[in-house]
Amino acid sequence: MPSATPTGRDLRLDLFRGLALWLIFLDHIPSNMVSWITIRNYGFSDATEIFVFISGYTAAFVYGREMDNRGVLVASARILKRVWQIYVAHIFLFVVYMAEIAYVASSFDNPLYSEEMGILNFLKQPDVTMVQAMLLKFKPANMDVLPLYIVLLAGLPPMLWLLKRTPTLALAASTALYAAAWIFGWNLPAYPKGTWFFNPLAWQLLFVFGAWCALGGAERIAPFARSRPVFWLAVGYLVFAFAITLTWYLPRVGSYVPHWLTDWMYPIDKTNLDVLRFAHFVALAILTLRYVPRDWPPLASPWMRPAIVCGQHSLEIFCSGVFLAFAAHFAMVELSDGLGMQILVSTVGIATMVAVAMLITWYKNVEGRKHGPRQTPANADLAGGEA
Amino acid sequence: MRVLMAAAVAAMLATAMFATPGLAADEGACFVASNLVQADFALPHTAAAIAEKRLNVAVIGSASSTLPAAAGGAPKAYPAQLEASLMRRLPGVAVKVTAHTQTRETAADMVKTLRQVLKDEKPDLVVWQTGTVDAMLGVDPDQFQSALGGGLDALREGKADGVFMNMQYSPRTDSMVAMGPYIDAMRFIALQREILLFDRLGVMNAWNEMKVFDLSAATKKNDVAERVHDCIGRLLSRLIVDGAKLGHASNTGAGNMDHPNKDIR
Repeated sequence: MPSATPTGRDLRLDLFRGLALWLIFLDHIPSNMVSWITIRNYGFSDATEIFVFISGYTAAFVYGREMDNRGVLVASARILKRVWQIYVAHIFLFVVYMAEIAYVASSFDNPLYSEEMGILNFLKQPDVTMVQAMLLKFKPANMDVLPLYIVLLAGLPPMLWLLKRTPTLALAASTALYAAAWIFGWNLPAYPKGTWFFNPLAWQLLFVFGAWCALGGAERIAPFARSRPVFWLAVGYLVFAFAITLTWYLPRVGSYVPHWLTDWMYPIDKTNLDVLRFAHFVALAILTLRYVPRDWPPLASPWMRPAIVCGQHSLEIFCSGVFLAFAAHFAMVELSDGLGMQILVSTVGIATMVAVAMLITWYKNVEGRKHGPRQTPANADLAGGEA
Repeated sequence: MRVLMAAAVAAMLATAMFATPGLAADEGACFVASNLVQADFALPHTAAAIAEKRLNVAVIGSASSTLPAAAGGAPKAYPAQLEASLMRRLPGVAVKVTAHTQTRETAADMVKTLRQVLKDEKPDLVVWQTGTVDAMLGVDPDQFQSALGGGLDALREGKADGVFMNMQYSPRTDSMVAMGPYIDAMRFIALQREILLFDRLGVMNAWNEMKVFDLSAATKKNDVAERVHDCIGRLLSRLIVDGAKLGHASNTGAGNMDHPNKDIR
């Protein structure tokens, strides 16, 4: 929860969003040993929480200012334009996914996997599949984040309006929706069965919390978040979460966890953003706030540049990450899946993400110069970060 | 995915300890992943049945519990291999393994089959293979979990032990199906209800990792599929006998379990 000041760019947001995008990429490559380093293996929450929180924060920061300067209508229109861009990006990724599936369907045959090949059955009715994908109901593996983001951002205009008037009421409304989703089991329907993997009605809490922090909430809770007891509480909780996570890999250690605790704790629901996950994210944020101040010197260092640039172009880099994860898995299956190959595809993937981000930065600068006086909107977008 | 990673680490350790040239050629290949198959909980009904010299096992599962007819069909699939292996391990015990496999059945569908089988056959032990179809269809993980719980209730009422078996490791389709929540659900329920879990996913991942079997190769031949099922049958039989021994400790009477690793090494 970086403290909000109405002007200037908080590079910590870019840094941590960039890192979150790298972690999401690593986690999306199946059977990748390198993903051992990602935070989901050391606690309850993972990179998704960081991504959603920071997205809420920057969205409120950018469009909140827009709402002040140009009014509710223009700001809302800009938000919806962004929603459209993300939707198009999602459909593009879906096409890539379909190409991969179609390739596997026509080239892979093995009597051992007659059941798993059933996943390819939907190729037999592309009409239904395509329409369901466009309705965001059919979402292949690892393609759940953008639809979540689309719904969260589409719901932002009225929420932002409320946040700017009575932030406390807005946060309360968001919490009430979260609670209602839990109590009544609300979620959006998916195809062919089930519901959304990331329930937007639950995850909106983290997004709105991010937005609330950006619009002055962070300053209001700063004394509390920086206090000593809260710090130690956060440390204690992170240690507890780490110990519990350890039992997932060492089931024998699991027998030391008391039964009442497991009964109460499990399952730790990712779909509905379990309170334990939310608390874990907040605990991480409290520690980050303490050790990474806004003017943290390394933020200016060239070593941090790659992650920061990635965080500044989150949509493009997220999409690149999903695409690169497909490609990495493909390379592992076709060529080799040894540890060396896993390290290679992970490194090359992240390097590619950085290169793409730098290219976009370069292009935006060139465009900005060419348009001369019209550069303000483009730069405002960049300075505020992409929402 | 966590399971996969844990398996991968275990697999590396196992490689370091056991890897020898030509390992894939002999039966010892199955053993590579045996550290992933540990009897953490007891199988009391199975132990009692072995003491009475008769053991009835039912396998309930989807298409991955059998092989296509062209690939030898049920006689080559792991339930039949399990029967053969249990017979070798438990001399003097009348072992019968019956398989009830239905393609495209979710865990909830299988609970009905399970109740019927418990009524008709009165098995001492049920091996319940599930998860793949639920993951492919995207069944709500909560519903999947409650279906598992419902099945275990039926097992308790039917006085039978249970062993869960999770999905196959399929490198080609790994990135296309989100298995994670279903893997976790099976593991949580297994731990919570003290049910043995045969981690087929972890075991097959270890085999692939160590080149015991090349699971990403496209082939129309059946030899690999057959050997994979044979190995699954052997490891599963080891797990069952080990679980029965734990169950045996709490029961009385004699069993024929003198050669715990006879069928593996």
